[in-house]
Amino acid sequence: MASLRELSQKEVLFTGGHRLCAGCPAPIVVKQALLAAPRAPIIVQPTCCLEISSAVFPYTAWKTPYYHNAFENAAAVASGIEAAVKALKKRGKLDAGKDYYIICIGGDGGTYDIGFQALSGMLERGHRVLYICYDNGAYMNTGIQRSGATPYGAWTTTSHVGEAQKGKQQHRKDLAWIAAAHGAYVANASLHNWRDFMRKVEKALNYEGSSFINIQAPCPRGWRFPENMTVEIARLGTETCFYPLFEVEDRGQKWVINYTPKNKLPITEYLKPQGRFAHFFQKDNEYLIEEFQAEVDRRWEHLQRLAKMSAE
Amino acid sequence: MVQINNAIRKLDKGALPVWYEIPLGGTLVSEGSTEYKTGGWRTKRPIWDPEDCSHCLICWIYCPEMAIQVKDGKITGIDTTLCKGCGICAQECPRDKAMTMAEGGDY
Ligand SMILES: Cc1ncc(C[n+]2csc(CCOP(=O)(O)OP(=O)(O)O)c2C)c(N)n1
Repeated sequence: MASLRELSQKEVLFTGGHRLCAGCPAPIVVKQALLAAPRAPIIVQPTCCLEISSAVFPYTAWKTPYYHNAFENAAAVASGIEAAVKALKKRGKLDAGKDYYIICIGGDGGTYDIGFQALSGMLERGHRVLYICYDNGAYMNTGIQRSGATPYGAWTTTSHVGEAQKGKQQHRKDLAWIAAAHGAYVANASLHNWRDFMRKVEKALNYEGSSFINIQAPCPRGWRFPENMTVEIARLGTETCFYPLFEVEDRGQKWVINYTPKNKLPITEYLKPQGRFAHFFQKDNEYLIEEFQAEVDRRWEHLQRLAKMSAE
Repeated sequence: MVQINNAIRKLDKGALPVWYEIPLGGTLVSEGSTEYKTGGWRTKRPIWDPEDCSHCLICWIYCPEMAIQVKDGKITGIDTTLCKGCGICAQECPRDKAMTMAEGGDY
């Protein structure tokens, strides 16, 4: 992996002037992903904050080929582009010796829920596409609605906090595991660890088949924290093992944990700075913290077992 | 192309283009959005101190606005026309004084 000094000599193929909020994690994810690509990839995007705010007519922040499609079908469109590249190479209309990289980037709503069947189809057919989900844990663009990625107990505009319920009633879907079951190259990453994420992007782009990277992307507006804390909240997510860094290879057989915290922090360190969990710290609500912690521990232990098993 | 450029020219002046001047499919034809100045969003501003800076480029890899200017591996300044003042650079800076935030958006 190149050093930051070396990377800074490369042109970033995503410019400022986009209309994403101050402190938004999405452009940080995009910058790191594009810097890791050997050359300009073809970008495919479902509707999400990033798409809405980076390609406002008549401007675009992307200095790459770019395709915006509907919410449901990003992975299907990316599959089609990959098939088209193959066909054009066969007919001699594209340089057969050249690699064309295709990266699909969507939010968690467009990935976990609405675009899920297109994603599953793409992974099952094994198209050579990298799908990156920047996971901000809700439908942020339309005003913070809960998604399959929203954590347990979190407040959103469709998981209220009141007498009858205290935020989202379910635990979040673990999409990386589902993707791994398809036999794709799968990784969990976090934007605070740029080195780990960029290594994974590079690996995925050179992988003969589909790949899926889920990257933790804390949203200041939706998670209710000051906009300078985006990277720090991501760090806390990983240090508490809520968002562990791992990768899955060999058709779902080999699980590797890329980072194990020296001291696994209690989940309150992650919950406390975020307004969406403010009710966790009110009277009689301690059970929310206990339930959240128990789920984090369950998943972390399961992951460790899988990693141990595949190392044997 | 001429038709498309005219449409953009009109938009820049604040006048809306008429339907036949808009490119088919609403295709975006300009490259880069840096003409759109987001610096005006700022309510705080980063102050860079070249004396204290070690040019580790941590701020550069995290800046969401591509506003940290770098040349030959060294920071040369901040693009104040783009910086939205989020303060991630100052928060993540490993040194005390190299990057700090000041109240107010204007330089
Ligand atoms: C089929 C369809 N339903 C609803 C919408 C409205 N819509 C646009 S963006 C968006 C939310 C996107 O959420 P997510 O994918 O999580 O990305 P984020 O905005 O959080 O980055 C919604 C509901 C749409 N464009 N298409």
